[in-house]
Amino acid sequence: MISTETDILRAAEEWAAAGRGVAIATVVETWGSAPRPVGSHLVIDGEGNFLGSVSGGCVEGAVVAEAADVIADGKPRVLEFGVADETAWKVGLSCGGRIKVYVEPVRGEAAR
Amino acid sequence: MDLAILSALNAERAARRAAVLVTESASGAQRLVRQGEIAADPLAELIEKQLRTGKSGTVEAEGVSYFLTVQAPHPRIVVTGAVHISQAMAPMAKALDLDLVVIDPRTAFATPERFPGVTLLPEWPEEALPRIGLDGYTAFVALTHDPKIDDPGLIAALRSDCFYIGALGSRKTHGKRLERLAAAGFDATATGRIHAPIGLDIGAVSPAEIALAILAEIVSSLRGPRRKPA
Repeated sequence: MISTETDILRAAEEWAAAGRGVAIATVVETWGSAPRPVGSHLVIDGEGNFLGSVSGGCVEGAVVAEAADVIADGKPRVLEFGVADETAWKVGLSCGGRIKVYVEPVRGEAAR
Repeated sequence: MDLAILSALNAERAARRAAVLVTESASGAQRLVRQGEIAADPLAELIEKQLRTGKSGTVEAEGVSYFLTVQAPHPRIVVTGAVHISQAMAPMAKALDLDLVVIDPRTAFATPERFPGVTLLPEWPEEALPRIGLDGYTAFVALTHDPKIDDPGLIAALRSDCFYIGALGSRKTHGKRLERLAAAGFDATATGRIHAPIGLDIGAVSPAEIALAILAEIVSSLRGPRRKPA
């Protein structure tokens, strides 16, 4: 279950240490029936490769797209998704819940 | 997140130590609070509370909102005794998302057929325990009824930060056990950590019911106030 989060953050570290642009997305709040618990991570690189999950597949595409901007300008962002959105069918949660996702860049050079 | 913080977070996880990443919601400012640093942190109380639940979440202190990324080591149960009760514990522990390690030098008991999908160590506790290590996220349970196997395990557990220690046996058996542990240098405060008779008092009769009583007691110890590291 959550034990796989280990591998996700380990991958983020390895990617960043190898000089790839990396962003970490974290579920920071959920309302109603959310598919993934608070604290779940999605790790994205500059090429759009990603590992982990913040919603079980519903909004990953949108988060990955937003992560490209975060990696490009280095500024964290807060994203909210829910069925109340007009774009519900595009990037909404079919389960009826709402989630808030924090997307931040990984900064700094490798120590070695 | 600074790469240095991410590396430190991963290092704590690899070492089976708790750590909490504090992110100020408005500014994005971050700091990593390691297990040993919690008490001195301004958010100590909130961090402790969040850590006990094992869940990440948003907290508020003096009007400032923080997101706490909680990284707690995965809880596990180490058992001496590849016996009927530990067989019954295996599927229940799995359903509770608790890792189970079974130690028993008696190779007739410790067979993969009897314990499918369980980490099984057919060794003496003196050999196995130093290798796997007992920590604040480990529960130790002695189930063999054989002092040659259970006592070394209990001694190792009493010297560790194990969040739960339990030993099977009647009050009479436990009385004799306490005498042996006293002779080994453990005072009443130390041996008072041992749950015996083991398990919540639900009138358990069958091995499965005893396993349930033990697991319920372990979960209650895990989610209740945590023992401070020595």
